[in-house]
Amino acid sequence: MIAEIGHFVLVMAFGVALVQAFIPLWALYRGQSYGRDLAKRAAQLQVILLAISFAALTYGFLRSDFSLLIVYANSHEAKPWIYKFAGVWGNHEGSMLLWTLILAAYGAFFAQRAVALPDRFATMVLVVQGWLGSAFLAFLLFTSNPFARLLPAPFAGRGLTPILQDPALAAHPPLLYAGYVGFSMSFAFAIAVLTTDQPSRDWAKWMRPWILAAWIFLTLGIALGSFWAYYELGWGGFWFWDPVENASLMPWLSGTALLHSALVAERRDTLKRWTLLLAILTFSLSLAGTFLVRSGVLTSVHAFANDPERGIFILAILALFTGGALALYGRYLPRLSEDRSFAPVSREGLLLANNIFLAAATMTVFIGTIYPLVLDALDLGKISVGAPYFNTVFGPLTLPFIILLPLGPLLTWQAGRLIAPLNALLIAALASLLLVLGLWITQAGVPLIALLLIGGAVWLSLGALADLAQRLRPYGWQLVRQPWRLPATAFSAPLAHAGLAIMIIGVIAASMWQSETVVAAKAGETMEVAGRQLRFDGVREVEGPNYQAEQGQISYLSRPHQGKVLLPERRFYQAERGQTTEAAITSDISGHLYAVIGEAVAEKRVLRLWFHPLVALIWIGALLMALGGGFALRARMSKTGQGAA
Amino acid sequence: MIGLKRIFVTLAMALGLTFGLTFAAHAIAPGEALNDPQLETRARALSAELRCLVCQNQSIDDSDADLARDLRQLVRGRLQAGETDDEIRTAVVARYGEFVLFRPQFGGHTFLLWMTPLIILLLGGFWAHRLLRNPPSKPVE
Repeated sequence: MIAEIGHFVLVMAFGVALVQAFIPLWALYRGQSYGRDLAKRAAQLQVILLAISFAALTYGFLRSDFSLLIVYANSHEAKPWIYKFAGVWGNHEGSMLLWTLILAAYGAFFAQRAVALPDRFATMVLVVQGWLGSAFLAFLLFTSNPFARLLPAPFAGRGLTPILQDPALAAHPPLLYAGYVGFSMSFAFAIAVLTTDQPSRDWAKWMRPWILAAWIFLTLGIALGSFWAYYELGWGGFWFWDPVENASLMPWLSGTALLHSALVAERRDTLKRWTLLLAILTFSLSLAGTFLVRSGVLTSVHAFANDPERGIFILAILALFTGGALALYGRYLPRLSEDRSFAPVSREGLLLANNIFLAAATMTVFIGTIYPLVLDALDLGKISVGAPYFNTVFGPLTLPFIILLPLGPLLTWQAGRLIAPLNALLIAALASLLLVLGLWITQAGVPLIALLLIGGAVWLSLGALADLAQRLRPYGWQLVRQPWRLPATAFSAPLAHAGLAIMIIGVIAASMWQSETVVAAKAGETMEVAGRQLRFDGVREVEGPNYQAEQGQISYLSRPHQGKVLLPERRFYQAERGQTTEAAITSDISGHLYAVIGEAVAEKRVLRLWFHPLVALIWIGALLMALGGGFALRARMSKTGQGAA
Repeated sequence: MIGLKRIFVTLAMALGLTFGLTFAAHAIAPGEALNDPQLETRARALSAELRCLVCQNQSIDDSDADLARDLRQLVRGRLQAGETDDEIRTAVVARYGEFVLFRPQFGGHTFLLWMTPLIILLLGGFWAHRLLRNPPSKPVE
């Protein structure tokens, strides 16, 4: 019954989305004024209906209602409730419902907050949201109905893949989707700018908070996913350049470019056309990522050909929205004037360079991801493009990017003089060069590009510090007396840039200086890993809520954790007939000790122990980036007064 | 085990998870490593570039499949016999095809793959040059 209500309101939401998509458009066309109000009400009703539908599906999962096909296929009675709940989006249909719900939430939030925007513009944004909502609701209803029944209902579900039974499942997909879908707002803004003939350049100002919000969510979502992979996969890798990861990296890179070009478009009357193009392409990349992930085309071109229904549907959505938006772009672009010019050495000039590098990075990920598919589809041979390719290309691409980066914030708009930033950064330059030289002499065998990247990251972080000092200088004593009164803008860019630097240091250190020990040990045996004395104490059986586990115990005999024990586990899930490895990690200032137990070999037990130096910096850096974004968002919200608009 | 991996990866993809979380991967077993640390470092670096052909996007260094282990032993055997990295790559490609390389060789069929970053940078530079040289554009009606 509850499921039928969920299904019914989903159909209603589809109807409401169609109303939102077309009737206000008709009103706009006829010059009548009811359009905006109607679009607003439709957007609000849509989110309410989708929330009800989502709640109905959640109820099905929490009650383990196996007469629902996806509950049967992805859930089990014995699972802890948190995984029953997170399991709602632990499958294709449920996650697409979540996607649509988030889309509707953005639309409703916009309708609520954007009171100060001109009528035609705000209506058009909501109309585009209505198009997107209609397309994805049609996709759900016609190819991926989450409320499909299975009768007679089985007594037990098939359970959720054990590796997904982790608290991170509760947060990773929603954060990621809030990022992907958030870029639908800048997409809708771009269409509205193109079609409603905005005379002012204010649209860039209106657009920025939405870009920032999406970017912050996506940053957090990717970082959490990376951390999850790190502790769950059992050997401490944090980024695999897997196509599924690349699908989220592409909109992130292009969204980062958009964030910066919108800044130029807002402050100076230039790069507006490029900003609109980026807004369109960033969301298109989100859609392309969805297509790559959902269609099965990644596993192989042939798997896609076997069950093409969903893939074709998403491909059609992708082609329709990207193609349509680009056609509008070509048609209405000449209306947009760009008035101001700028010198190559200026803040605009450096932001332009930033965008060129980010565009190259985005295209590299894109080409690397689809190249094997295209080659295979054209029968030109089968090749693999994996981590070694991306690492080879990304090093040389990142280095000039981070060398140029600190100059930008220290230059003035329009026409700057290099002498000022170079003066401020002289010490930073010397320090990083000395560091590279020192590392080069002492660290034989480490590739030069890795050392240069570390030097570049140090230069970047010192540059962020110089930027912060410059921004805070006018406030003088207020720094000490009323630090909470300082403007949020002062911290945004320095934090985000320092975050990038810290992340790069973590990536390079963890990749270049990790050490690994594989031993077969008897209980009581001692060993040494990265200068730390350890003793293997043995293995015992442990009972979990829905699994049995073998738990190994390893004790520290030396500092910094003397007396502490590591408890890595191997878990066996009865219902799902699967197993997972739970690494035990201890962290100190120099890095993580990462322990995993393996299979038994006669009397002995295989132990795998890693030391991952400075690896935590990767996620600390990502958090700092998101925090920098948060400061920028806060500054924007308080400045405009009316919040989101 | 391999079947399970497949199922998992398919599921993860169905989920739209960003991470190709494959089944707990630990490759190298006790006693597999070479005694000479320099040779072993080269062996690890080479292994990370070679694809495990029966796995989902894993290198032979990350996989515990039998085929991956055989290939790891082959790489180490040839290293001990004094072959260069390139000789070993060529030998493995001769046996398994170019699909086995995670970093494709540069050639006609991979020209765009390797050149795209450079092409974009050049195009970007050209575009920036025009943007900066031209007088400010006027609205066109």
